[in-house]
Amino acid sequence: MLITCPYCGPRDVIEFTYQGDGNRERPQPASQDLDAWNAYVYDRLNPAGDHNEIWQHSGGCRAHLRVVRNTISHEILSTAFARGGHKTESRS
Amino acid sequence: MSPRRTETGGRIDRLRTIRFTFDGAPYTGHAGDTLASALLANGVTLFGRSFKYHRPRGLLAAGVEEPNALVTVLRGEVREPNIAATMVEIYDGLVAVSQNRTPSLAWDIGALNQLGGKLLSAGFYYKTFMGPVIGPLKGTRFWMFCEHFIRRAAGLGKAGTAPDPSRYERMNAFCDVLVVGSGPAGLMAAKAAADQGVRVILADLEAHFGGSANWSGEIIDGMPAAEWAQRTVAQLGGNDNVRLLPRTTVWGYYDGNTLAALERVTDHKETPAKGEPRQRYWAIRASTVVLATGSFERPLVFPGNDRPGVMLAHAAERYVNEYGVLPGQRVALFTNNDSAYRSAVALKKAGAAIVAIVDVRADVSNDMRRLAGEAEAELLDGHAVVATEGGKALTGLKVQRFDATGGTLSGDERSIHADSLLMSGGWSPTIHLASQAGAKAEWDPARQAFLPPRPTQRWIGAGAFTGSFSTAEAIAEGRAAGVSAAGGTAAPAALPIVEAAPGDPDPAPVFEIKAKGKSFVDFQHDVTAEDVRLAHREGFVSVEHLKRYTTLGMATDQGKNSNVPGLAIMAEALGKPIPEVGTTRFRPPYTAVSIGSLAAERFGDLKPQRLTPMHDWHIANGATMYSAGLWYRPMIYGLPGETVEQAYVREARATRESAGIVDVSTLGKIAVQGPHAAEFLDRVYTNMFSNLAVGKARYGLMLREDGLAFDDGTTWRLGEQEFLMTTTTANAGKVMQHLEYFLDVIWPELKVTVTSVTDEWAGAAIGGPNARAILASCVTGTAVNNATLPFMGIVHGRIAGVPVMICRLSFSGEMAFEVYSGAGYGTRVWEALIEAGKPLGLVTYGLEALGTMRIEKGHVTGAEIDGRTTARDLHLDWMLSKKKPFIGSAMMDREGLIAPDRLELVGLIALDNRPLNGGGHIVEELDEDNPHDSLGHITACCYSPALGKYIALALVKGGKARHGTRAFVSDPLRNRFGPIEIVSNHFYDPDGSRMHG
Repeated sequence: MLITCPYCGPRDVIEFTYQGDGNRERPQPASQDLDAWNAYVYDRLNPAGDHNEIWQHSGGCRAHLRVVRNTISHEILSTAFARGGHKTESRS
Repeated sequence: MSPRRTETGGRIDRLRTIRFTFDGAPYTGHAGDTLASALLANGVTLFGRSFKYHRPRGLLAAGVEEPNALVTVLRGEVREPNIAATMVEIYDGLVAVSQNRTPSLAWDIGALNQLGGKLLSAGFYYKTFMGPVIGPLKGTRFWMFCEHFIRRAAGLGKAGTAPDPSRYERMNAFCDVLVVGSGPAGLMAAKAAADQGVRVILADLEAHFGGSANWSGEIIDGMPAAEWAQRTVAQLGGNDNVRLLPRTTVWGYYDGNTLAALERVTDHKETPAKGEPRQRYWAIRASTVVLATGSFERPLVFPGNDRPGVMLAHAAERYVNEYGVLPGQRVALFTNNDSAYRSAVALKKAGAAIVAIVDVRADVSNDMRRLAGEAEAELLDGHAVVATEGGKALTGLKVQRFDATGGTLSGDERSIHADSLLMSGGWSPTIHLASQAGAKAEWDPARQAFLPPRPTQRWIGAGAFTGSFSTAEAIAEGRAAGVSAAGGTAAPAALPIVEAAPGDPDPAPVFEIKAKGKSFVDFQHDVTAEDVRLAHREGFVSVEHLKRYTTLGMATDQGKNSNVPGLAIMAEALGKPIPEVGTTRFRPPYTAVSIGSLAAERFGDLKPQRLTPMHDWHIANGATMYSAGLWYRPMIYGLPGETVEQAYVREARATRESAGIVDVSTLGKIAVQGPHAAEFLDRVYTNMFSNLAVGKARYGLMLREDGLAFDDGTTWRLGEQEFLMTTTTANAGKVMQHLEYFLDVIWPELKVTVTSVTDEWAGAAIGGPNARAILASCVTGTAVNNATLPFMGIVHGRIAGVPVMICRLSFSGEMAFEVYSGAGYGTRVWEALIEAGKPLGLVTYGLEALGTMRIEKGHVTGAEIDGRTTARDLHLDWMLSKKKPFIGSAMMDREGLIAPDRLELVGLIALDNRPLNGGGHIVEELDEDNPHDSLGHITACCYSPALGKYIALALVKGGKARHGTRAFVSDPLRNRFGPIEIVSNHFYDPDGSRMHG
């Protein structure tokens, strides 16, 4: 599997660390809504198909990326900095 | 000349004789021979014994799919079992032995298993050895009794125990076009792609490129196909943009068009050349792959189809045309399709007598009748073989009239005398890699075969792989695939002209002849047609279950011969068409892969070592080093004759009495900088950092999102917008990633950067009553008195001319200072401190004394912050700010995390004055024979020189409420039982008067 880091270009998956489901919404820091916190901390989507994920280029520039990956074909559909900014589309 | 070697023909070099042994007997062959062809040329018919029944077995195939002729190759002490003799190139001195026979191949006592045929039918193991014991010879206990004998009797070759001295190598390759398979289709694809100027890799598992061109006997462009192939390869070899990989099996097709291949670099050589590895693992990333992997001929399933002398028709053709070996003198053929007729003609030309062609079809075409005539063979159309005769070699066969539509036999049996029976049950495209790449194969009723699916990755198929079995089609498809894969469009010059025997690619849908006797489907695992039907009768309907229950296709050949016939028989039993039964998915590897090649250079101790700047000093000064994660840290600086306990007790005592110094360079250090650095730390730590004054440090605690404790350490405010965070040694990486995650993903609006500076700083902690005096005597540029350097204060100065940063903080509980300098000057500062300390009784101390002093003080480390404890459990709730939210604040008060029966941090004192052990349990009542009702466990323990007692930290239910009570330690693994007293974790100087000074 190759992931295209917006900084570093296409790199092997071994350079990256999976950082979880990218669909999770963190409640406001002061929120006391335990259900919302519970969903954020413990609930994960596990779709068979396109999935929003967070990956860190831990063996490279260390940026966190938002990656859309197809969990069936492992095709990487797009990558973007989690902080926003540059985005790479790669569906062939 | 060997009895079966032809006078001419083939690509072997008859002038070069090669000597080797098989089962201890000397043989000769020629350069270019495989072990299979050389033994066949010597008249050997018996190559191995079958898996379950120990039936004699000969060669079935000539290539990688060979299920019977598996041998063990010996090289010195190293033995490599289960290699197909068809894939072993002979070299002078080759030593090969047969397998699964006792005492010898010809006389095998295991053959007695044939008498008990019913006993070993499908599911034998499940029926006999699983479940409750009913009757004397059943159940799991019976298995435990039988296992030894069964493991000896069943199975294949024995693995060796000697270490493998070979070197393996790992390579990464990148190309525009990877062509797998070098038959006419693959060669054309490689040529067409290379002509477009792109980077091409051509890989073939055989030693010689050319595939079927090497033995088809066809004419391409007016020359023998084998010569055409050689010329094409020579042209390819002259291109800079082409890499040729012979003896290279592409065995895995992974995501992102990454393919794995195994190159057997020197397995065919007597001695490798200098620097050559035995095998090379290739990870190939290809923009496009051309799959030209050809097809496998299928056996027919009929009684006695496994007798030595029964062979696939194309394999015989290959032995004759490629190796100049006749598999027999009187040859019969048995087929359901046209391709066997060409084989008959080839054997006839090479000098064999073709006694009969038995064809299940009644409507044989005129072209085939003409070829039968050319072979001077009697054509028995509408017939089938119902039995074979002979022992370790074929002597004859029996045929009967056969109706292909009903599958029924009729009329009298007729015997035919023959020493070789060649069969062809049609062809199956080699779709393994396409299947691995991720899609389901599709059944083609005309070809009676599974054809490759539509690509889900970037590959293009060509030739027999796609079901196009003629060479002319292969050449056209190969070139088209090569041009397309290279991104070209133009159709170049005319295609090479092929002269080939005619033939219809579609076989009759006949897989099995049902007659009395064992008819083998899977030769390597001894699975018969009756086993498949038995599985059906016992209720196995899914093809995946069938496979596992009968073990069909689960041997080392992974069903290359048997998959389709097995499915066809299952489909018939179910009364369903084959596509409804479906097929199994192929998985990597395509053929066996050596573990050595996967490991390549990566074996032995591969851990990098992290050494502190003072490492060499520690070694030179008698430290015993201890590995902590990747770091190496001094454990003790032992004196001659001292035990570890004596050393750490001495070091800790001296530190508390005068002064001690310890290397703390391994602590994680993260620079947190930016306008929002203080705000960020307020969110990350449970306590406040924004109100920390510049030039002061504070102890901080981090929680995880779920509210459990994560890490602790001090963070120093070096400037308004600049902090130096320290973490525990073990968690440095995790904390860094945690901070980066929140800055990147959760709070991208915060203007903060975090930088790992662990390796930039050398750190020394110096503590004890004399610590300040020692510092004062060697630090310049700053005072270190209480006014200038109060508790948790930071000053900058110089030691031995080196700029240092000094923070007054204490882990040991003494008046203590951490002295940081640039890593390159660490040893210089360290030595200056040691020198300054000499008159004041300074000792160096290691991790053991460090641990002892922290236990005495009741400080927590990773042993207590174990991912299950909360801040309250550790009595750190005073650090939980109520003025602000922080990571974990919302989740830390959940019901289960504030329950009264949680394990809490306490101190323990051994009342029997004996050492305690980490992991020992605490119980209220001692029951040595039946340990139960644990209240908690010991996390850290030591002998405390300050208290003169064996003490420990523990996590115990009830915690503080138990202070002053007695309990017992129960540690049955180490047989340590005894009374303890539960006390506060703050054993020593609980009010901190020593460190505040």
